[in-house]
Amino acid sequence: MLTSHMLAYILRRIGVMVVVLAAVSVCAFVIIQLPPGDYLDDYIAGLQARGTEVDQAEIEALRHQYGLDRPIYLQYLRWIGKIVRGDMGYSFVYARPVEALLKERLPLTVTISVLTLLFVYAVAVPIGIYSATHQYSFADYGFTVFGFVGLATPNFLLALVMMMLFFYLFGLNIGGLFSMEYVGAPWSFGKLLDLLAHLPVPIVVLGTAGTAGLIRVLRGSLLDELSKQYVITARAKGLDEQRLLFKYPVRVAVNPMLSTVGWLLPEIVSGETIVAIVLGLPTIGPLVFNSLLSQDMLLAGSTIMLLSFLTVVGTLISDLLLVMVDPRIRFEAVQS
Amino acid sequence: MSQHEAHPATEPAPNERAEQYFVATQWQLMWRKFIRHRLAVIGAVVLAVFYVWGLFPEFLSPSVPSERVRELAFSPPQRVRFVHDGRIRGPFVYGYRQSIDPLTLQKLYTADTTDLRPIRLFVRAAEYKLWGLIPGDIHLFGSDRGPVMLLGADSFGRDLFTRNLYAARVSLSVGLVGVVLSFVLGLVLGGISGYYGGMVDNVIQRIIEFLISLPTIPVWMGLAAALPPEWGSIQIYFGVTIILSIVGWTGLARVVRGKLLELREADFVMAARIAGARQRRIIAGHLMPSFMSYLIVHLTLAIPRMILGETALSFLGLGIRPPAVSWGTLLQDAQNIQTVVLYPWLMSPALFVVAAVLMFNFLGDGLRDAADPYK
Repeated sequence: MLTSHMLAYILRRIGVMVVVLAAVSVCAFVIIQLPPGDYLDDYIAGLQARGTEVDQAEIEALRHQYGLDRPIYLQYLRWIGKIVRGDMGYSFVYARPVEALLKERLPLTVTISVLTLLFVYAVAVPIGIYSATHQYSFADYGFTVFGFVGLATPNFLLALVMMMLFFYLFGLNIGGLFSMEYVGAPWSFGKLLDLLAHLPVPIVVLGTAGTAGLIRVLRGSLLDELSKQYVITARAKGLDEQRLLFKYPVRVAVNPMLSTVGWLLPEIVSGETIVAIVLGLPTIGPLVFNSLLSQDMLLAGSTIMLLSFLTVVGTLISDLLLVMVDPRIRFEAVQS
Repeated sequence: MSQHEAHPATEPAPNERAEQYFVATQWQLMWRKFIRHRLAVIGAVVLAVFYVWGLFPEFLSPSVPSERVRELAFSPPQRVRFVHDGRIRGPFVYGYRQSIDPLTLQKLYTADTTDLRPIRLFVRAAEYKLWGLIPGDIHLFGSDRGPVMLLGADSFGRDLFTRNLYAARVSLSVGLVGVVLSFVLGLVLGGISGYYGGMVDNVIQRIIEFLISLPTIPVWMGLAAALPPEWGSIQIYFGVTIILSIVGWTGLARVVRGKLLELREADFVMAARIAGARQRRIIAGHLMPSFMSYLIVHLTLAIPRMILGETALSFLGLGIRPPAVSWGTLLQDAQNIQTVVLYPWLMSPALFVVAAVLMFNFLGDGLRDAADPYK
């Protein structure tokens, strides 16, 4: 399968990815530099508000220590140089190293994103196939309505509605990923079970829009496929309907779905930011939010970098999958 | 469809319809297909209503968004009734009688059947300035015997119906202005990219790919957090729209470029060129009409994304800031789940958002079908 052409293609793509990430790092740095003032200003204002005398020399020393007195491009080089070496600095707000914060939250973010992706496929593929093979049936209309409403509802609203319903019906607070007694506790079997019990709500909330979109895409492409002549030929030759469906049209129609990973994953990662804030999930999203609000630059920069990294890698994986699965695209990619 | 079929001189009357079909212009054909798409027509009508609200909330709402009626804080929506004492009469609402729940100390509101408030048209109430310019105090409906709050009140006793209407102005226009901005950017850059090709195309395409690969919401949040706190409502409003379109133009640029590349090679363009048509004529007379319909569809579908973006940002407190109201800022009140369970009408802006986005999607779908000549 893996020819030298393919290998060259993959290497080229990884090269492009590195360039994109370098551009992202500049972007992230610009974004965190945009707000007027810096964290030290906030910090000093806070100290003064509490009546503490702030020594000018001390401020200068702090400024120097964090490199805030140097020209902007040097600040950038210093920042990115450290990140490349794996040193992400220190978060003022959480009063902990950024790395420690990310190490704690990144696995949960990735878990939720991947599970959501699987959820979307597991739900959308069967429904899409059913909708296309039973066009204009009662269920098809039902799914179409679901699709429209699902696409129109922003996921943070869905999160609110779900929380409201659960609280109203069962008196449950479904926020967070862990029950009280497990927050901060070391990993154990009980904690894992607790996590599994908390996961469905965020996954459903995050996956609904993607599911709705994918059902429509799949239904459309399968309907196109089903009206093609090879299907009619196969049917005329007496091929069993079930085998006919799954052997050819479904395979063709599912193919573009792999490429949807490319936009689905960024959407999930990005959407997760707000949903996590609403549901109070201990993932990267709230870190981005809090760090931006309090101008905790090192943390904000690292989290934006990390989310972009996840997005870019996700796109790369989906492109590679597509190349492996679809010979037509493989041909094109290798040719260019 | 050749010319001969289109103008048969001796065609009998029953075929007049068919004849009309053949001589109809492209736009007439689209219009016909569009009005047959029921959902799209519903979408168009509902959106028209929404935008009228957004244009004249001052007149259409019974109050002004900043008016507080302290004693009616968190009061539930009033029902419009037609029967009083077993007799049918014009529309009216009952006022509220207040009591305190002895256990939870929560304020309870019960309809006070002695406090009858008939709803009248064109009543004088709170003063406003239409579009901030024309002073007035006439409201489409209301009651001269006390406040009418069809969607209940928020924590300050402000009328949610009024606030939702004013929010429609901001939320719906953010979509339009944002789309216009990304339209200009997308059209210019996509056009350059598709028309010149080569090196320029390559650079623009790489920039687009880069922008697409960024996680949208974190980037929006980062940019929105950078809006200076001392900015006024109008500056913030445009700041937010610009932020939304910075990411939004890429999709449009791709559509324009793809379409241009495809059309550049089309036979009718070639024919025009051979016939000696000038560049400007080819672009304005041949290229523009053939991808205008695609653009309109794309724009219609881009507006709801902008609306959702604004709602999300404002909901987080990063977008539109109070006292300006948008559906997102209104939803900030619904962040606390306990409050929402007690006062579910605080979620009413969500219904408006979902309805607006849904209707835009219906409309876009209908337009897409209408613009597709092969359907």
